[in-house]
Amino acid sequence: MNFPLRALLEVQETTLLAARAARRLFRRPSYITEMITQMDVIGVGSLTIILLTGFFTGGVLALQTYPTLKYYGAQDQTGRLVATALVRELGPVLTGLMVAGRVASAIAAELGSMVVSQQIDAMRALGTDPVRKLVAPRLIALLVTLPLLTLIADSVGIGGGWVVSTQFFDIATGSFMAAVWEGLTTDDIVGGFVKSTAFALIIGTVACRQGLKTEGGTVGVGRSTTTAVVTSSILIIVADYFITRGLQIILGLPT
Amino acid sequence: MAPTDVEEQGHDPSGGVDGQVSEAAAESTFAEVDDRERSVPAIEFKDVHLSFDDRKVLDGLSFTVRRGETKIILGGSGGGKSTTIKLLLGLLKPDSGRIFVDGEDITDHTEAEMMSVRKKMGMIFQEGALFDSLSVYDNVAYRLHEQGVPEEEVEQEVRRMLSFVDLEDAIDKMPIELSGGMRRRVGIARALVGGPKIVMFDEPTAGLDPPTARTICELAIKLRDLEDVSSIFVTHEMNNVHYITSEYAVVNDAGEIVFEEEGERLCLINTKVLMLRNGNIIFEGTDEALRRSEDPYISRFIRGH
Repeated sequence: MNFPLRALLEVQETTLLAARAARRLFRRPSYITEMITQMDVIGVGSLTIILLTGFFTGGVLALQTYPTLKYYGAQDQTGRLVATALVRELGPVLTGLMVAGRVASAIAAELGSMVVSQQIDAMRALGTDPVRKLVAPRLIALLVTLPLLTLIADSVGIGGGWVVSTQFFDIATGSFMAAVWEGLTTDDIVGGFVKSTAFALIIGTVACRQGLKTEGGTVGVGRSTTTAVVTSSILIIVADYFITRGLQIILGLPT
Repeated sequence: MAPTDVEEQGHDPSGGVDGQVSEAAAESTFAEVDDRERSVPAIEFKDVHLSFDDRKVLDGLSFTVRRGETKIILGGSGGGKSTTIKLLLGLLKPDSGRIFVDGEDITDHTEAEMMSVRKKMGMIFQEGALFDSLSVYDNVAYRLHEQGVPEEEVEQEVRRMLSFVDLEDAIDKMPIELSGGMRRRVGIARALVGGPKIVMFDEPTAGLDPPTARTICELAIKLRDLEDVSSIFVTHEMNNVHYITSEYAVVNDAGEIVFEEEGERLCLINTKVLMLRNGNIIFEGTDEALRRSEDPYISRFIRGH
């Protein structure tokens, strides 16, 4: 099979997996505990890296843009620039990429090892549907936690921008925050939410699909893990472009 | 229609029959012989073909396993042994041919339909395939937890199954702390929860020391003779074949389970050997016939030269 055909097949299989997970969500027994465990692992577990990336991204945005803005005499707008860039773009994308690195690899490796050691077969033999027991809870956990993590990254990032602006540059807290509030619109926040939800779907389905199709022993697990991270990261960046464009058209944002 | 014996749960694998074995056993044997549903084979393969890409794995495989019968599937690696078991569980689907479980055609069953068929089957995987993230207790209890059985009943059943495989001490351990043989036995306990009437062993003794391998064969013999379980025992080790085809389990006057060699009192007819090579059956019959076979491949397989 050549590459385009293989890619198309992957898209089909991944979509089918997501559809199956969604359909099975409402059947008994429901795996609520499993879901909560996954939210803890994925959401709470990713908090540290999200706090760090968010804070320093906000900080570096202020550092980099202040001189340029000052050149045009618009240094008061630093807060606005930091907030808009974070909420619209960097918050969702960086959170998505960080979670893809941390969670997609973990999911693919875990499911992959379960395939290789026949645990998935054993699960099916014992009458449990692995899609419902393993895929659905992870997908739901990602869909719930990624928007929340994004929100946290946005807030902490603005905090980082504020620290840099007030400590290193002569911007008062009041004017920084005023610019932030002035710059942010509901549309920005809705857009950020749409993006992070889409990224959660990408990470979850790609990682689960790669994990479940693992073959070829421990080497295969390594391969699946790599593919899961690389594919979901690339898809996040590509999807980001199209979602941004789509939102601009739908919400009528200035183009 | 599937027979009712599947629903006969809560039976006692430790052999609750005390003392009076011979009469009770004889009575139940006659009752079994008279039962018309017993004539329906537990497992039936009809002309099953399967290929992976362009490699033929099974090439027209046909065989039946009667109720209470143990079929030992022998053969070298890549001969289609494990594939046969996976087909039976519905983990794989054949390219053509039909597969029946208790007279029910499962060939075209969907995953959801397969789930109810799998409830009457127990599967013992090569390396045990225990869930790493769950303790021994939770592994054995897995099926019951999924069915939402109350915890007290679960605990009782788990302890009973673990004592059947002689591993009560390991109840709180994690799979990673167990030796290969113990993992295999926990896998057996897990597969037998709920009293499945069809049990499949996928090379259960591979890589185990002889005494542990012997214990696992004894478990298979106990299931066959005391629990009326139909089973497929995939192996490539001749000593397994020897144990299972020449010994049987009975409960003696003191209520203990003992193993006796066939010949003195009775002759085993409920165990047959099937040999696969390149997806074809090259031998089917008793172990005696297998030993007499003059086929060069078979004689090299059983004698190693």
